[in-house]
Amino acid sequence: MTSRPLPQDPMIRALIAQARRAQVNRRTMLAGAGAGATALALAACSTGGAAAKPTPAADKSDTDKTLNWANWAAYIDEDDNGNYPTLVQFEKETGIKVNYEVAVDDNNTYYGKVKDQLALGQDIGADTVCLTDWMIARWIRFGYGQKLNHDNIPNLANLTPSLENPDFDPGREYSVPWQGGFAGICWNTEKVPGGLESVDDLWNPDLKGRVGVLSEMRDTIGLIMLQNGVDISGDWGDDEFTTANDILAKQVEDGQVRNIKGNSYLEDLKNEDTLAAICWSGDITVLNAEAGDKWQFAIPSAGGTIWNDNFIVPIGSPRKTNAETLINYYYEPEVAAEVAAWVNYITPVVGAKEAAIAIDPALADNQLIFPDEQTLSQTSIFRTLTPAEEQKYQAEFQRILLGS
Amino acid sequence: MAFAAFATSEAQPEAPKKKSRVAFFLLLPGILYLILFFLTPLISLILTSLQQPAEFGDVGEYEYAFNWQNYVVVIQDYLPHILRSFGYALVATVFALLFSYPIAYFIGVKARRWPLLQSLMLVLVIAPFFISFLLRTLAWKQILSDESLIITSLKALSLLAPDAHFTGTPFAVIFGLTYNFIPFMTLPLYTALERLDTRYLEAGSDLYANPFTVFRKITIPLSMPGIVAGTLLTFIPAAGDYVNASRDFLGGPDTQMMGNVIEANFLVLLNYPAAAALSIILMAAILVLVGIYVKRSGTEELL
Repeated sequence: MTSRPLPQDPMIRALIAQARRAQVNRRTMLAGAGAGATALALAACSTGGAAAKPTPAADKSDTDKTLNWANWAAYIDEDDNGNYPTLVQFEKETGIKVNYEVAVDDNNTYYGKVKDQLALGQDIGADTVCLTDWMIARWIRFGYGQKLNHDNIPNLANLTPSLENPDFDPGREYSVPWQGGFAGICWNTEKVPGGLESVDDLWNPDLKGRVGVLSEMRDTIGLIMLQNGVDISGDWGDDEFTTANDILAKQVEDGQVRNIKGNSYLEDLKNEDTLAAICWSGDITVLNAEAGDKWQFAIPSAGGTIWNDNFIVPIGSPRKTNAETLINYYYEPEVAAEVAAWVNYITPVVGAKEAAIAIDPALADNQLIFPDEQTLSQTSIFRTLTPAEEQKYQAEFQRILLGS
Repeated sequence: MAFAAFATSEAQPEAPKKKSRVAFFLLLPGILYLILFFLTPLISLILTSLQQPAEFGDVGEYEYAFNWQNYVVVIQDYLPHILRSFGYALVATVFALLFSYPIAYFIGVKARRWPLLQSLMLVLVIAPFFISFLLRTLAWKQILSDESLIITSLKALSLLAPDAHFTGTPFAVIFGLTYNFIPFMTLPLYTALERLDTRYLEAGSDLYANPFTVFRKITIPLSMPGIVAGTLLTFIPAAGDYVNASRDFLGGPDTQMMGNVIEANFLVLLNYPAAAALSIILMAAILVLVGIYVKRSGTEELL
């Protein structure tokens, strides 16, 4: 482009010169007026590295009778109108208005969404959230949970003794179990009438492209490791993990596995994109109630995993006492029984079994809610990983999820 | 000479100078906005992309460094995803153009005689925006699921292999991208074609050009600004899209695009430097590709 000569008219020349000066002004201002420096300073404080532990927010539960509870899908009793009967009862008894949100689809993605606010000690919009053991362990390690006042939770005396002192939270100072459950296999009984017995049956060629697995590494890889004869609670290392991971990688590559998902795997079962899947025990009962009785859950012959989800009060929540009131309410055996009868997960509340028999005697035999010794012996807990292992294994597992 | 004399004269420059201060104050909110919401995150992103894992750190703990190897590592690890992103975006853009051009031509040129039909069709193009883009994509996932009417009929007609499926395949992802970005292609094309002077077309045929030549030599060049704007509005967001290819929507493990890789690194692996490096690579690659494209199509004045 060749520049045209300036017009002769002095008025126009002045205007052009003015315009050019303005251009220069803008540029010099951007560069010179410390814009870069300001931005740098702002940037530096936006993503801190390893910062000091945040401090808990001041509790204003006395004046603010509300509570935000973030939880997983199909994880609380629900009636046909979409209300939560036990929560309605709680609101009536205590006057605390509960905003229940199905906000957790996967431990990792939920953590990814809230972790910056947690690190700054800010309110994440949830006063209590239910997360799985290993994620709770991380929150406690980072100081992201508030210490619970057990005086406000007298019903904690009803906690199942075996859950009182987990390695990540001895004495349950920060977390309280909500529900537990198994990861196992499930199938569509109409399309797969023969059913499945073991994880290896998922790799049956008849099911090619119709198998789903969970994006929860500990459950999916845990089940495959159990199939390989590894004791997942015991002392295992890289070799055992990699062997299991490679099996999954091959099945994904061959197109045997259709998809790898969080709680939304239920959608795939519903629209029959997947006919068999690795799944969570209680979900299948809820799915059957919701969308026609055609799915069945089983603990694989080589064993299933067992886990617990726990209440934790995020560090920035100003409504800790309200959260404690809620936890206390759900530790009343009658309430726990009502929830368990609906969600079909293992309740951590002693006495809930007796209360459940009063609702429906058949519930007492339901192994998914009140597992007996024999059922429990078929399941194991995935051992706690060190931060280094956690990173390494997650990276290997994610490689499968992302394909190549 | 006259110019210099003019510049030093007393009375005249006073007024423009004041004006420039006004201009400065008018610009101030915009500049502050850009510094706060564009420049700051960009610098933060660059700094993050150069971080290294903190020594003896827990998951997701990093410290500032000049660890440029991050870029090499992510390119080595995720080259297929990077190529796939641009491949899918390119195919989706071409399809969107092929579908949108006739629609835009009809609305903008053929339907001029019936203004009511014209506005009705425009509303139809925009109507999908009234429903959330996530919901529409989820709806397609249901419509195209294995046991849906469409897929079972196609299988019954032997147009699809019995064990074939649609969701979770590259076709599904490209379909989703095309579908979701068609309005962004149609509207700029429409605004360009709406101004098309049909007398040129008549003149072309008066000079014995056949309809195809008229289209190639007159309609396309005159609608070029619309084509460039539409392809940019489609290609840029499609290359960075992570919804359609997500495993929760239309994608599967072997259709993951760059957006999904960034998401996984950021939310699951907590590998912020890798996520930041990938974001910068994506931005730079789009900038270069768009620059070349605009240069070659000769429509610099659009930018």
